[in-house]
Amino acid sequence: MPSERPVDLNERRALVHLPNLSPGAPDDGRLGDVDEWGRSERVRQQVRRLYDPVYRKLFRVEWEGLEKLPPGPALLVANHAAAIPSDAPVIMHGIEEELGRPVYGLADHFFRQLPVVGTLWSRAGGVVAHPDNAYRLLREQRQLVLVFPEGTKGTGKPYSQRYRLRRFGRGGFVEIAMRAGVPVVPIAVVGAEESMPTLTTVPPLARLLGLPYFPITANMLLFGPAGLILYLPAKFKLRVLDPVYFDVPPDQPRYPRSRVMEEAESIRQNIQEQLYDMLSRRQSVWFG
Amino acid sequence: MGRRVLVTGLGSFWGGRVALALENDPTVDVIVGLDTVEPSIELERTEFVRADENYSILARIVHAARIDTVLHTFLHVDSTRANQRTVHETNVIGTLNLLAAATAAGSTVRSVIVKSSTLVYGSNPQDPAWFTEDMRRSTPPRTAVERSLVEVEGYLRDFANDYPELSVTVLRFSNVLGPDITTPFGQALELPLVPTIFGYDPHLQFVHENDVVRSILFVLDRDVRGVFNVAGEGVLPWSEVARLCGKRLLPLPPVGTGSATRLLKVIRALDLPGESLELLRYGRGVDTGRLRRLGFQYEFSSVGAIEDYWRSVRLRQTVGEIHRAYRYERDVETFFRHSPAVVRDE
Repeated sequence: MPSERPVDLNERRALVHLPNLSPGAPDDGRLGDVDEWGRSERVRQQVRRLYDPVYRKLFRVEWEGLEKLPPGPALLVANHAAAIPSDAPVIMHGIEEELGRPVYGLADHFFRQLPVVGTLWSRAGGVVAHPDNAYRLLREQRQLVLVFPEGTKGTGKPYSQRYRLRRFGRGGFVEIAMRAGVPVVPIAVVGAEESMPTLTTVPPLARLLGLPYFPITANMLLFGPAGLILYLPAKFKLRVLDPVYFDVPPDQPRYPRSRVMEEAESIRQNIQEQLYDMLSRRQSVWFG
Repeated sequence: MGRRVLVTGLGSFWGGRVALALENDPTVDVIVGLDTVEPSIELERTEFVRADENYSILARIVHAARIDTVLHTFLHVDSTRANQRTVHETNVIGTLNLLAAATAAGSTVRSVIVKSSTLVYGSNPQDPAWFTEDMRRSTPPRTAVERSLVEVEGYLRDFANDYPELSVTVLRFSNVLGPDITTPFGQALELPLVPTIFGYDPHLQFVHENDVVRSILFVLDRDVRGVFNVAGEGVLPWSEVARLCGKRLLPLPPVGTGSATRLLKVIRALDLPGESLELLRYGRGVDTGRLRRLGFQYEFSSVGAIEDYWRSVRLRQTVGEIHRAYRYERDVETFFRHSPAVVRDE
């Protein structure tokens, strides 16, 4: 006779891979499956089904060092590229498919302002990049969280600047990881830059439309308006680097700024060097 | 000695509700209710005093009745109920007078409890999923109600710092639903089609009217001080709220939403306050851990509050208004309360 011990709700969630609902939300009486972050597992399943061919056939994604991902929570940090970033879905889909672990992608709140797009974005798994959101996901819900510290500076840069990392903000991501007591796992991504090269940007149009930048991409010239969603078939290679553990107590109100900046810069340099290494081995943009 | 409580806004829904609950509390000796209008519910031992909207006679009442607890329930949180000037007079000036009276020479007040709203957090795309009590809103307030609430809370913070010997408690309530209260969201859900803004499906949180009263009594009883969020557990998308009430959605245009809501007002379908328009885009969730950790237990979650509200609507649609309308009659009240002819069983 198996024990009658009532299964802890969180335990049960872990068993069936349900998203963790906190602060302890009872879902009795709910009709939908949208969680506190705006995710819907039903929508995500659909999106995964539609996106899988892109991941496997178009980008032919290859991972290196996935085993380095710690079993617990971690803050994933990667270089950011392509006018409409193709790297975020590749990393999220990849880790979910290969390891069966959900990844929470933090992104600029800009998406949330767009009707329809914003709602779909959050149903599919996008979370607004707010320090408190990251803290809850990492510290309380022990998830994998993905951020791009370069932000729109990375995705808005022209093709001629490809694979040259922008500054990593003010190192906020290091502070978040320190406060949450989790390691940072850097990931170097090759392929995103060529999937949607930005030829030039039109700042007046961006200002007019309230966008972070208005790109003219190679895809737009090739495919017209469809170029907004059609990517070029660049070969994606991702390399997971060694996790960086910070030897500081979690939950401090603040951490020394110089230490934070120093750690952020060293992580940035590490990703940059790995990118150069990967690029020097690359035979072809399309075949890797 | 029991507590001697002053309730502001006795004629409003919350003042009346709280006074009614206090009447059943044997540890409360005296309840004095203040308002510009007469109470709309039947109260047994609450004394009603008519005041002007910014409580100029307050200091005298506080002194005369030896009030030790001020329950400030009368803050406008819905801009469809009052014009900008009234909102400012009632919320800002009223609260300032209240605080002045509470600390006037010879005042016996030792705790002030204020019913505020989670409107102070605003609703913006860059907001976190959950607001904790120490977080600030990300943009300046846009409506008179929000502006006045933010100002009031600023004064209360200063007040708490200036008078550390007093206990100051601010309760921030999220959207209220319940069988008795009328709210803009409640009214929206009763329409044949529930208005929504096309392309947005915000996360909303609700609190049941009973939990509002219970939380006020809880902080009164335990003498807790500080700022607390009060909201039912869990957030859910507005579309799901409508579905829980068996309703379909009426999408309003994302551009020119203001004109669309004005149209709804003109055809007398619904008067949506300015505060709720941002909420219908970006929603809001508040972390309720702080009050919970002190031991407060909610009767209703967000979903529970919606369900209970909807049960009462269904009942009302079948049998009509159940609550007997009550008219305050001063002479009759005075007779029952003070005439020696009335036999009181002690």
